[in-house]
Amino acid sequence: MPKLITQVGCPYCGSSCDDIEVVVSDDNKKILEVHNACIIGTNLFFHANDPTRPKLPRMRQADGTMKEISYDEAIDWTAKTMLAAKKPLIYGFGSTNCEGMSAVARIAEKSGAVLDNCATICHGPSFLAMFDNGYPSCTLGEAKNRADVVVFWGCNPMHAHPRHTSRYSIFPRGYFTQKGQMQRTILSIDPRQTDTAKLADVHLMLDQGHDYELFDAFRTVLRGHDIPDVVAGIKKETIVKSVEIMKKARFCMIFFGMGCTHTDGRNHNIDAAISLTRDLNTHTKCSIMAMRGHYNIAGPGQVWSWIFGFPYCIDLSKGTHAHMNPGETSSVDLAMRDETDCFVNVGADAGAHFPIQAVQHLKKHPFITIDPNFNMASEIADLHIPVRIAGVDEPGVVYRMDNVPIQFKSVIDGLPGVPSDEELFDKIYERMCELTKTQPVWLTAKEDRKHPSNISAVNEA
Amino acid sequence: MAKLPLNMITQRSVEEGAAMEKGKTNPDYFEACSIIELNPEDMKKAGIWVNSNVKVTSECGTVVVKCIHATQYCPPGLAHIRQGVWANQVVPPRTQCTGTPQYSGFPVTVEPAFDEKRKTALQLVQGAVGLWKGAN
Repeated sequence: MPKLITQVGCPYCGSSCDDIEVVVSDDNKKILEVHNACIIGTNLFFHANDPTRPKLPRMRQADGTMKEISYDEAIDWTAKTMLAAKKPLIYGFGSTNCEGMSAVARIAEKSGAVLDNCATICHGPSFLAMFDNGYPSCTLGEAKNRADVVVFWGCNPMHAHPRHTSRYSIFPRGYFTQKGQMQRTILSIDPRQTDTAKLADVHLMLDQGHDYELFDAFRTVLRGHDIPDVVAGIKKETIVKSVEIMKKARFCMIFFGMGCTHTDGRNHNIDAAISLTRDLNTHTKCSIMAMRGHYNIAGPGQVWSWIFGFPYCIDLSKGTHAHMNPGETSSVDLAMRDETDCFVNVGADAGAHFPIQAVQHLKKHPFITIDPNFNMASEIADLHIPVRIAGVDEPGVVYRMDNVPIQFKSVIDGLPGVPSDEELFDKIYERMCELTKTQPVWLTAKEDRKHPSNISAVNEA
Repeated sequence: MAKLPLNMITQRSVEEGAAMEKGKTNPDYFEACSIIELNPEDMKKAGIWVNSNVKVTSECGTVVVKCIHATQYCPPGLAHIRQGVWANQVVPPRTQCTGTPQYSGFPVTVEPAFDEKRKTALQLVQGAVGLWKGAN
């Protein structure tokens, strides 16, 4: 009998929907149906059925072809290559669980690596603004239950977070927002008329790249000063009207996305957005949230902050302490300056999503990809190690975009012999300790660990 | 034919996300991402036909993509390639000291390239690092 599994978390976008239902075959090997998920989530679950999924690591041969090798060989090669490198770069973690992120920290420390995650090419500038200006944020539940004015600034959830609007931001009926969409006023600020902008009551189609001026104009109007007739391509009346809407809100919620962080100004755009939120709080309640891209991309920010004190761009090559300086210790900049001599791509696809010149620089040195599927990074890698898919055949903790931790479950059995990220990193760490003749340091808190199995023996030794 | 200077942005789309989760070598991914969205006025100016190939050149590379009418309205002067392999052939890696490349808001020129073929994702990425073994 096929089984229905309810309350499954979706491992795709930052909305981390946890109301998915999955029907699996009675042998727990195949996903038959996916309910409630968007098209992207549905495709993701069904892709796990793909019979061509890699089951063994593949090493590139001298003639350019890939040859299957054993996990032991792959772990040995990875440990040796990373130890031999002067400054390895470990990048990715958009699509793994927090257990894996915590396990990789030991490897990074041992090999003196730079540890970076997808935020570096995504919401990194938002982090910089938060360091400077604070982050007056809330949870998505609060947004759903309270927000009667919702602002989408440089983000397009209808495409990037397909169920965000129906679960949290536009349509749902909440405690104080019982009329759902009827009760909410939506503002969209985007240079294109996106599908989100089409849902908005007011769409401010600003000149691309002029977000900072517009934020500034909003703040100026809010503080009762005059602004020029046109700012960033938007008429004064429209800006004044929009500010009035935000000011009169009972609870105003600002969501911002890549339209602010990928364009000129970067962190300064977010800085202005946070200041606008603070200003609005002198009139009403206002909160702000980054539209994080992946289901657990808030995870490395949390996990590495409590391990190293920094969320991303963590340089551990000094050996004594962590140091972070985006622009210097960020993946793309390190690549472009040829400052890294080994690249480890985990649960992300630098091959497809880095500017191609950065990929060319990285490929000059050993290139290792750890990913459940074939992707661009695996197809140019020297070594591709397949792992389980977190949220599909591996459970784990993930942090939603509002930094709320959620326990994701696995819905099918993993491929036999294929380890999870956590197990793989622990084995690589153990091999590194063997090679350097040092004692591995395991956390006693991890008594439920999968590897090594005899933790007490290890600690006593 | 004159090259048309435009401002380029590269952002997500649900088609790109849905195709990516089927696999980046899937034909859906090719169709979803190897396209450029322009305003009809700009297409007229540059002599580009709908569904014909165009060559996009930025300060750091070129890529051949198919031109379609914008699925989400683009104002004149703005061009959009969906995030992915094709977009990243022309995205400048400069980061304004934040680590984040200039994915949005960089100058490009667009010109008709009726006779040129779009390359596959593998051909572009493996080709860039000297691993492509197939035909060009």
